[in-house]
Parts: sequence; structure tokens; C-alpha cells
Amino acid sequence: MALAMRHACFITVGPARFRIGSDWRAPIDELRALYADYPLDEVVPDFTVRLQATSALRRYVRPQVAIAGDFTLPDALPLPLEQGLLAAEMAMNLQMALGWRRHLLLHASAVSRQGRAVVMTGLSGAGKSTLSALLAERGWRFLGDEFVLLDPDSGNIAPFPRPVSLKNQAIAAMEREVDDETRFGPVLRDTPKGTIRHLRPRTEWIEQMARETRPGLLLFPRFGFPRAVRRMDEAESFVRLTQASTNYVALGERGFDALTGFVRSVPACAIDYATGDEGVELVERLWSEQGAKWGDRAAA
Amino acid sequence: MGGQGGGMIDGWSVARALTDPASVARLDATGWTRLLSAARALSLIGTLAEIMADRPVPYPAARVLADVRLSNAAGLRQALWEAECAQMALAGYPGRVVLLKGTAFAAAGLDAAIGRSIGDLDILVARDGLDQVEALLLASGWEWVKPDPYDDSYYRQWMHELPPLIHAERDRMIDVHHTILPLTAGPKPDAAALIADARELPSGLYALSPADMICHAAAHMIADGDLSGGMRNLWDIDRLVRQFSSEDPDFGDALAERARLHQLTAPVARALRLAHRLFGTPAIWPIRPGVADALFLRRITAVDGWGRKTRKLTRQGFYIRSHLLRMPPAMLARHLWTKWRKGHRG
Repeated sequence: MALAMRHACFITVGPARFRIGSDWRAPIDELRALYADYPLDEVVPDFTVRLQATSALRRYVRPQVAIAGDFTLPDALPLPLEQGLLAAEMAMNLQMALGWRRHLLLHASAVSRQGRAVVMTGLSGAGKSTLSALLAERGWRFLGDEFVLLDPDSGNIAPFPRPVSLKNQAIAAMEREVDDETRFGPVLRDTPKGTIRHLRPRTEWIEQMARETRPGLLLFPRFGFPRAVRRMDEAESFVRLTQASTNYVALGERGFDALTGFVRSVPACAIDYATGDEGVELVERLWSEQGAKWGDRAAA
Repeated sequence: MGGQGGGMIDGWSVARALTDPASVARLDATGWTRLLSAARALSLIGTLAEIMADRPVPYPAARVLADVRLSNAAGLRQALWEAECAQMALAGYPGRVVLLKGTAFAAAGLDAAIGRSIGDLDILVARDGLDQVEALLLASGWEWVKPDPYDDSYYRQWMHELPPLIHAERDRMIDVHHTILPLTAGPKPDAAALIADARELPSGLYALSPADMICHAAAHMIADGDLSGGMRNLWDIDRLVRQFSSEDPDFGDALAERARLHQLTAPVARALRLAHRLFGTPAIWPIRPGVADALFLRRITAVDGWGRKTRKLTRQGFYIRSHLLRMPPAMLARHLWTKWRKGHRG
């Protein structure tokens, strides 16, 4: 009987603490490298993730990584060992999506400036992740590219600055933007989502990940369309965000209160843009229009 | 491997924490990590969280348990709401609708409901009312989960319940039982007596009588399943026995009579022995060691500090046993052959 997983590490991202165990060494080494700037000390975790062989034979022969842990989906497909890092990331996302209860979770990216956050949400592939990564290289604080954590009591956003998961064309775009090669993870080819490469946020944003921020603006970006801006009312934002939340139903009344409070406190726009530069420019313009209204109330 | 000392198996450490909450004071961070993972894998973390609610727990573990308590409250509300939805859908059904398992414990306000995770809604109705109940549920938004014709006819011919239904909007399952064991199993519980002796709840729904609740829990665990939820089942039995025997000093006799009626004396005796060994459940029947008790306990506690199921051979043995209990060998072979051809597992 095995008493412990062969290889293991602990990772803290924002308020969430993970314990990751693996039958193989490689995924743990890759995680340690990618998360080098994060707290890696051993703490009682919120979630346990296991990367395990689909069978004893599969540990050695064409190894396949099955995703397991506190929360699992019955039909999750195993990944080849070369994509072990992706398996770990997917498993950590899954724990958050299914298990996190301390915040209302929105499937969204977020950046902030002067204590006010821009929350960007939309369907997968709409470009919210890449747009947040671009903004984070151009003077914005990076809060996360996958989940926005909304505190039901204070209405604040808790940063969850995981490494950005860049997909396909976004990889080259960010390689041009970032001149520090050590911030990139390995290139993962032929994954179920195409080619993937992770980008570690700037160290300062990781160091500040315990500092919450006020929400300021809600955007629904769409990449690859002619430039357009449309105001969105509270009701439409609310309905769209219930669909973008993984734990809205599980939180019950707390989730409803958090979400209604959020859509009432921030203006919302759907934005279409054709290029990354155009997206950045649109966000900055909308933010400064809004910023004029906040006036001196903006926190430091 | 023994159940005590430094190499304590994690299923036993969960049992220890539940029955002797003060014992967790000795745990360090690693000990808490292992305990929480094992409890989660055994579906007992909700119970653990409630038991630890008023005790000093170190901060990181307390944070996890506080979240679990929030989930408990939401789960309880959802389960009771689901029962209410079923009751509204079945308003036109004249017979008794009896809640089973977790939802029944919750609706009856029993100690066994405290922190218990509740999955599907399980109800029991008279067999001759099945068609009407099925039609009423289908008319109120429930639909079939398994549209496979073999599974469907298998359920209808041999099982103690309809094929599972799921509600299209709320995404919650309901299992409609007409008795508490598959028709292919050895014991033949008296389904009519279960319903006739059920107790009315304030809502107008019913719950099984105290003795029948324990017969059902034991039947479900010993005479039907592969014991994958065994520890949680035994915890249910522990709570029920403690509560019912403190309310009625002759409860052991009442239970003996009902167990005989339902042909479940041996499974109930086994469940009481195992609960006594694991949780120190009061011995309301004389405890005589059973032949395979140690093997059952090996299976029930088979989880490690990473939440992994251990002791693969023991588990496989109980998996095969669960099928043998449900059907005679020739029928089992035919069943597994059909399933295998269709590419199903198990």
C-alpha cells in the first residue's frame, strides 16, 4: 500500500492553497518552475489534486495522466504525460470551479489601476485572457486570467493571478510583448485546446496577490470583430454573469446578493475589437471616462 | 496493517475524529491535511465539519471546514426543496410518498442529517402506483437519464426502483423505489409493511419507521452495494441507533422484530457489529464476532491521506460480491456479457 504520492508540491495562488501529488516527477518539476515566485510552503490545503497513472502499466508505457482530486468530473479524459503541466492546471481550475465557496467565482479575467478593477468576461476564445495579459504588460496590475473572485461580504475582488494560459496565436503575440524568456513555460503542442504556453505574471503582481481591490468596470470583450462599443444594462449583465459563474447556484442567496451588488456597482459595456492594440486602447479609454466620475474617491 | 500506532490507516483516523473529536488536538498540519482528504473521499467531511464546529481547530483547517459548513447548509436547503418539488408534482397521487435516506433524515430532523451529504432524492411508493408516479413526474419536468433499452428493461424487470430520472431544469435526480432491495436479491423485504408503518412528516410526506430506517440502511449497505459508501452508511446507522435507543429503551426488540419480517436479520446484525467496532455504537443486540467482519472493515476503511482508494484486491472482491448478491450466477453472466458487448463498464 502506497502511503504517499511519489512526488508532491504545494502552491498558493491568491486565497487558494493547493496540494498536488503526482505519480511522475516531471509535472511537479514543471509546476515548481512555473510557480517559482509563488508561496510553495506546506500548508493545510483547500484542495488536493492527484495526477495519477490510468493503470500500473501506463505509469511507464506511453504514460497517461488521469486527473483526480477532491472534485472530479466523471468524463474527464486523460492526457499524455508530456502535457502533465496542462493536466495539473486543468485539475486546479476544476477544484476552484466545483469546490470554491468563499467567493462568487466568475469565469473572467481582470486587471486594475489605482485600486479599481476592470473585469472582462465572455465565451472561451473571446480574447479576455490575452487582453488581460497585454494590459498587464502595459502598466496594469494583473489580477487573473481565468477566475475573478468576488467577496460576497465586502464586494471586493480577491486577485487570483495564475500564470496566463496562452493559446495558439496568442503565444506569438505575447512572446513579442514580453522580453523575459524565463517567464514562459514549456510549449505544449497538440493539446485538446491546440498549442498552449503559460506566461508567469510579473513578480510584483504575485507579491501583491493578497491585496483586494474594488471593482470598477465590467466588459464583455470580443476579439476579431470591427471596433464597436455597446452599453449593457444591469439586467443583461446579471443574466450573462450567472452563466459565467461556476458556483452561483451553489452559493444560493449569498451568490445572488453578491452578483446583484456587483452589477449595480459597475458600468458595463460589450466591446468588439480587431487587434490587441485596439482592445488595449478601448479599455483604457473606457476606464478613463469612468475614472473621471470616480474622481478623488479612487483608492491608492 | 494494524488499525493503531504510527501507521494508522486514514479511514480509522476519520472514525476516531468523529467519535472522539478531542483527539484531533494532537494533529499537525500534515495530520490535518490527511484527515480532511480521507474524510472527503469517504463523504464524511460534512459531518466532520459540523462536529468540529465549536472546537478549537487550527486556522487553515478551520477555514476549509467553515466552507464545508456553508456547503452543508446549501445542500440541506436544496434537498428539502427537491422533496417539496416532488411532493407538488405528485399531488395527484393518492398513495403515500415515503422519503428515504438523507432527505428523510433531514425532513424528520434526525441527528443523522447533521452534516450529511445528500445526493439524489430517493422515494418509496407502492408498486401498483409506479405507473402513475412515473407519469406525474414526467409531466412535471423530469426525464430519463439512461435512454438505453437494455438498461431500461433491466431496471423495470429486476430492480427495486425505476430507471433514474433527472429534472431538466434543476439537474437533480430522483430514484423512485417500490421496495428496498433488487428483486433478484436473496432477502424479500415486506414493501407493503414498510409503507404501512411509515410515519407522517409535518409536510404530509412520510419517512420510514425508526426500525425500518435501520433495516433499509443495513440492506442498502450489506446486501446490495459494494460498500463504496460503507463508512457513511455505518455513520448513519450509528446516529440512528443512538437516537432511537435513547428515545425507546426497547428499541433493540422492535428492530429485531422488523428485521425478521424483512428477512434482514443477518445484514442488520452485521451492520450493528461493524458500527460498534468502528464508532462504538451502543450494542442494542448482543455482539457476537462475525466471520468476515475484519474483511468488511478492511474494505470500509480503505482510503489514504490523499483521498485515494487503497486495497484494490479487497475492493474488487466486494465489487464481485455485490453483483453475486444481486443476481444468480447465470443471470450475472448474461448481464455482464450484454454490458460488455455494449462497451459499458461494470
